[in-house]
Amino acid sequence: MKKIIIWILFIALFLILSIGIFDMPTSPTLDAPSYNETIHYYLENGVNETGAINIVTAVITDYRGFDTLGETIVLFAAIVAVSSVLRIPSKKNEEEAQKHE
Amino acid sequence: MDIINAILIIILVICAIAVERTKDLVSAIIIFSAYSLFMSVVWLLLKSPDVALTEAAIGAGVTSILFFAVISKTERFEK
Amino acid sequence: MNDTILKSITRIIVPFIQVYGVFIILHGHLSPGGGFSGGALIGTSLILFTLVFGVKKAKVKFSERVAEISGSAGIIIYVLVGIVGLVLAGSFLTNIEAGFPAGVAGTLMSAGMIPIIMIGIGIKVASTMITLFHTLVEEEVR
Repeated sequence: MKKIIIWILFIALFLILSIGIFDMPTSPTLDAPSYNETIHYYLENGVNETGAINIVTAVITDYRGFDTLGETIVLFAAIVAVSSVLRIPSKKNEEEAQKHE
Repeated sequence: MDIINAILIIILVICAIAVERTKDLVSAIIIFSAYSLFMSVVWLLLKSPDVALTEAAIGAGVTSILFFAVISKTERFEK
Repeated sequence: MNDTILKSITRIIVPFIQVYGVFIILHGHLSPGGGFSGGALIGTSLILFTLVFGVKKAKVKFSERVAEISGSAGIIIYVLVGIVGLVLAGSFLTNIEAGFPAGVAGTLMSAGMIPIIMIGIGIKVASTMITLFHTLVEEEVR
């Protein structure tokens, strides 16, 4: 019984995702859902306001600069987590830690 | 152009299923890296070279090396 | 690993990968790419060096001290640039209105703060990649 439900769910999800693929724009078209007035603003004023001719970089570091700061902090959090769990303390650091205790 | 897109997406689906079915984790990582390479070609065809560059460097390069490092600390075969 | 062919080829190829990574970071506002891809390339070159020559030699080139400093420096550069905008123009991460030189669009020295932020992101991503790998492959020596 459990297996049948799993297969039905799997097939339903597969069909939905397949329909989604056929709606994806394969080339830039006018009726794509992401083609709205925001893109016009960026394309017309982007070079004047930021000075960067690569509009993707202008968006991710200038218009959406705060989001990119968050992304960088996520990397920092990842490195802090991994080194606090997996890092092997060198002998010198360990002796210092014991001295403080 | 549509035919190339369809072939690439079919290869992506096959790679994704193969990653799940493989018991040897090292082979699974190599298939996953191939998946990332095909994905970067798809990004290139969707006209976003920035994402393609990042996908090729991080998805195919760094991710698989980090997975290998984790496997060297645990076990190679799925139980 | 003790293979002469691998060692000589790695010695030749690592500088080229790093120069390409620096090129991608510095040309982030002109061509596809930017801090994330360029930093990943530089990190990958150092991972290749670690794989061929071993962790001990790589730790001499990129020690834990350097990893700590560069990992923090990336974010500090980013936040300092943002605070300059906050002080001079009234809102965080302001670009041209805060007095960063705009330059001529299309040349290397243009776009105000964007190249500085790109360098910060590149340093952060490269040091993250290489520190993660060093932490994972390090063996316990007692």
